[in-house]
Amino acid sequence: MSDGKLTPPVSDKDHAVGPDDAPITLVEYGDYECPYCGMAHPIVKSVQRALGEQLRFVFRNFPLAEAHPHARLAAQAAEAAGAQGRFWEMHDMLFENQTALEPGDIVGYAKSIGLDVTRFERDLEAGTFMKKVRDDFRNGVRSGVNGTPTFFVNGERYDGSWANEEGFIRALRLHNVDDSARVDRTSDSLTST
Amino acid sequence: MTEPDLDGRAATILPAGTPAPDFALNSAPDKTIRLSELRGHPVILVFYPADWSPVCGDQVALYNEILSEFREYGAELVGISVDSAWCHAAFAKDRNLRFPLLADFEPKGAVARLYGAYRQRDGTSERALFVLDGDGIIRWSYCSPIGVNPGADGILNALESIAGKSSSTKAESFRTDSTEVRP
Repeated sequence: MSDGKLTPPVSDKDHAVGPDDAPITLVEYGDYECPYCGMAHPIVKSVQRALGEQLRFVFRNFPLAEAHPHARLAAQAAEAAGAQGRFWEMHDMLFENQTALEPGDIVGYAKSIGLDVTRFERDLEAGTFMKKVRDDFRNGVRSGVNGTPTFFVNGERYDGSWANEEGFIRALRLHNVDDSARVDRTSDSLTST
Repeated sequence: MTEPDLDGRAATILPAGTPAPDFALNSAPDKTIRLSELRGHPVILVFYPADWSPVCGDQVALYNEILSEFREYGAELVGISVDSAWCHAAFAKDRNLRFPLLADFEPKGAVARLYGAYRQRDGTSERALFVLDGDGIIRWSYCSPIGVNPGADGILNALESIAGKSSSTKAESFRTDSTEVRP
């Protein structure tokens, strides 16, 4: 049950890679301890390489903490790294080390990507980014996220397959073509939003 | 009882405005939950086809995470499938579930049938959601395609709407009740 519309839309509060005016915006709601998200991680990387400047990729947190006891801390770690301008470095570290997400491991990753570790640890202990993680989760639920990973393409939930990277890239490219074909109907879509 | 159509889909689940039929089902081998005992709070009934199947797994995992938000509305959530209480116990333990799973096991699917949410051909319930207000009236219902996890946004919208209308809920349910008793 969902219209599958991304709420809120992508903004400067999000962690994004790629041009703001890229024709394709791919948003992932993910969990650093979720094995499927771990499988999706290298696929998303390939998609980014293949689509280049045509793609803006955004990651939002959806930690399934009851199932994945390290997921919420990992999400906060990525946000804390983000506060020091290193979100994506931590994001990659976490996905590449999904089975080692104890606090000690995470502090090790913070050191290895050159964070101010004192500040990083203080942020985690104080729960500075707890609210951000929780807000992402709530907004995800409201947008119709029903598991992890859930992708949105240009604001609409993507229910197709992502496991085959060529198929995923093809589906995303189609989205791009659809959009350009709909340019003459822009006025319609503006009134409906 | 509703005849299933060619897809094996029950044609209709009970719609909003209907008083929720009462039932008592086992939530554990030695424990029973009666729906009417939950009056006074919104209740979310989650019918799903089977323990252990991948989509249900995601769906119950999601609801398990969102439980605290449901409870902010004072709502209770119960899962219902035709699996036995022993099967539910193993599933709930494996998934660390914090809400009861009810066994619609004998007679098989009797409660799902009451709600129009039984798939005769498959011998399981539909993937159907019902949100009841504190007076036991269905305020929202939704039947999802069997392979699609319906998420939680519809449930939250329904709870929000019940919370917003709580002052008028009584009057509405009286109206519904009186319609109900008329022939």
